[in-house]
Amino acid sequence: MGKWFKSGSPWIWMTGGAVSISLIAVLGLLLLIAWRGLSYFWPADIYEWQLEDNNGVKSTLIGEIYDREEVPTERLISAGHKFTEHPGEFVTRYLVKTGNREFVGLDFRWILATDIVSRTTPADVAKLERTKNGNFYGYPIAVIEDGKRLELNSEADIEASLFSHIDRAVDISDQALSLQKSDIGSINYQIERLRLKQRGYELDGELTDKRKADIKAQIEQLNQDYLVLEKDLFALRDQAARDSVVVRDMRGEEVILKLDSILDVSYVNHMNVLQKVGHWFAGIGRFINDDPREANTEGGVFPAIFGTVFMVMLMAVIVTPFGVIAAIYLHEYAKKGPITKMIRIAVINLAGVPSIVYGVFGLGFFVYMMGGSIDQLFFPEALPAPTFGSPGVIWSALTLAILTLPVVIVSTEEGLSRIPSAVRQGSLALGATKAETLWRIVIPMASPAIMTGLILAVARAAGEVAPLMLVGVVKLAPTLPIDMNFPFVHLERKFMHLGFHIYDVGFQSPNVEAARPLVYATSFLLVSVIVALNLTAISVRNHLREKFRSLEH
Amino acid sequence: MISIDSSAMQTEAVDLVNLPAQDTALEIRNLDLRYGDKQALFDVSMKIPKKQVTAFIGPSGCGKSTLLRCINRMNDLVDSCKIDGEILLHGQNIYDKKVDVASLRRNVGMVFQRPNPFPKSIYENVVYGLRLQGLNNRRELDEAAERSLRGAAIWDEVKDRLHDNAFGLSGGQQQRLVIARAIAIEPEVLLLDEPTSALDPISTLTIEELITELKQQYTVVIVTHNMQQAARVSDQTAFMYMGELVEYADTNTIFTTPKKRKTEDYITGRYG
Repeated sequence: MGKWFKSGSPWIWMTGGAVSISLIAVLGLLLLIAWRGLSYFWPADIYEWQLEDNNGVKSTLIGEIYDREEVPTERLISAGHKFTEHPGEFVTRYLVKTGNREFVGLDFRWILATDIVSRTTPADVAKLERTKNGNFYGYPIAVIEDGKRLELNSEADIEASLFSHIDRAVDISDQALSLQKSDIGSINYQIERLRLKQRGYELDGELTDKRKADIKAQIEQLNQDYLVLEKDLFALRDQAARDSVVVRDMRGEEVILKLDSILDVSYVNHMNVLQKVGHWFAGIGRFINDDPREANTEGGVFPAIFGTVFMVMLMAVIVTPFGVIAAIYLHEYAKKGPITKMIRIAVINLAGVPSIVYGVFGLGFFVYMMGGSIDQLFFPEALPAPTFGSPGVIWSALTLAILTLPVVIVSTEEGLSRIPSAVRQGSLALGATKAETLWRIVIPMASPAIMTGLILAVARAAGEVAPLMLVGVVKLAPTLPIDMNFPFVHLERKFMHLGFHIYDVGFQSPNVEAARPLVYATSFLLVSVIVALNLTAISVRNHLREKFRSLEH
Repeated sequence: MISIDSSAMQTEAVDLVNLPAQDTALEIRNLDLRYGDKQALFDVSMKIPKKQVTAFIGPSGCGKSTLLRCINRMNDLVDSCKIDGEILLHGQNIYDKKVDVASLRRNVGMVFQRPNPFPKSIYENVVYGLRLQGLNNRRELDEAAERSLRGAAIWDEVKDRLHDNAFGLSGGQQQRLVIARAIAIEPEVLLLDEPTSALDPISTLTIEELITELKQQYTVVIVTHNMQQAARVSDQTAFMYMGELVEYADTNTIFTTPKKRKTEDYITGRYG
């Protein structure tokens, strides 16, 4: 035993074990969120159950199995449930997503295995994804075109006709949406700018009658344009709402659904595996590309992805020069002494300040003080409505830049100290000044270390949520920080963030069951975004390392 | 006794004490140097003749490298270093407050113990000093690069890969590249701080041949650990011991008939 101990093997086992546990933890976490998040998009079979409860009440239920659990019989009995015969110690209970929210109240329902009389997977049952009220499950039985019920005999005919009509409606809805967002949005934006311009003249006392009339004419013109576009928009919307589908739901009633509210229809039960895979990819694609709907519990997360990446990049652009310059001063110019040492310790300790504190600081200093001053100086015409004086993406980026500054400073300093003095002296001996040496030799050679700092900063910043809630993140941002309206980049706008989206969907959602898989999917997406950002930075760093590989010997 | 390569000994012995000004590249006058409390150089005075090779020899820690680094003010980089005395270049004290260190270093180039190329291409290494001076004309840079690389006897080896990274070269080639880089800015004085100590014997030989070539155009001051090397390449030799200049004379005299006992002991290998 003593010999075994001396041999060092226990030490190797211990250290190896620690590494394995960490690896298992990381992989387990990734696998869990990937599995839970990605399986959500897999088209699940739609079942039709015939149920009969212990009171003899019969009913039909159509839906997807969402979850299942084993419940102790005793607990059910003590909760007042009666069984005609004792079903054993445990009863299986299924959570079924029934959709049809506007007709059945809740779109999720628990059913007991003991109540199930029969279960079938009918081929002609369809899942209709809608813009409002979630999914609808039922049997499409007829298509109504422009108020006339089409003569369709077979199921296959109905299906084909339904698909073609939905494609048309979706096309028209897309047109309407782009008209509303880009053209009408742009007109509204211009009118608002004209209003601000007029107010600006008014404040400066330069509002002459000519200018007033001028602006009024321009607004008039824009309003005219707007009326034309609005007419187009209404026409498109009418067109989209022309057709309907008649669906028989689980109550046996025929429900008429307007096609402009339907995004997609899928006959899951007669899809083959290939079609299901296609459907799965399409689902993921929509999740990544679409805007959220229904208080974020449906639809995609594109604005959140965009907001996260944009904010992190903005932060990187701000923090890198600041951190590098600070590190250069500390390492190259500051006299070595107790004060420099204290500053360095203070900088390192900044990394330990809880992030919400930075949020409070950002709100007080950036948003209210800086933003408020900017508003008074440059945007007095919009007051009292704030322009920069309210949380926005620039303030979030600045706050996170301060939060991650220590990381960049520390790793840049480390990089600077690793540059051999022989190379510096070589440059100085050729008549370079210190600044020239820094600029031409030292900083390029330290760039891999700077990139390391940036990688760490990005990894930290992309995951921070708490400070952002104070300085710029919102549940739903109507516009992205970049659009086609001059000046194209709107740094004062609020933005959506994947981290906050997870919190919002998971904890603030009105529909917990519907939101749960989205939490996993969004988490997985957030991890993927961070990994993608890091991999980009790492590949840049490796490229730089290759270029300046003298440091390795 | 050490055999002396006669080829290096062609120049006639010069009178180093009464060296006329037009033949003097550098004059060191009563130089004292302290690192904090520790004095490293004691009252060093010498005249270094133009377009000749002057070698500093002596045991480790005798101050020969320190003295060399005084000549282009590399010791300025050491915070605790304090210097008294004068070094005259063109009759001007280089430690004068008016002197611009960067332009001094353009006149007094230096090559270090270990090859220290920059992490750039061979070409960019050579023209680095010229670019610092604001020269950006492609043709002039090309000419200067070729001239310097030829001057450092490395042109034939690198002419086909000028734009490859300098780290692809061998140690000896790197050292010659560094010499090319130093002569590209056409200094008057070239300081070599043990330039062959990190190299293999064949590279060492190449560099030594190069040094005898270089003295056609430049005043060369070389610090070396290796007495044979001093004997082979230098015209003048200064022997230093414990921070003092013990003996300074033409190489032939130092190695054949040294006047001081300490010099003789060192030359004959009794210590060091």
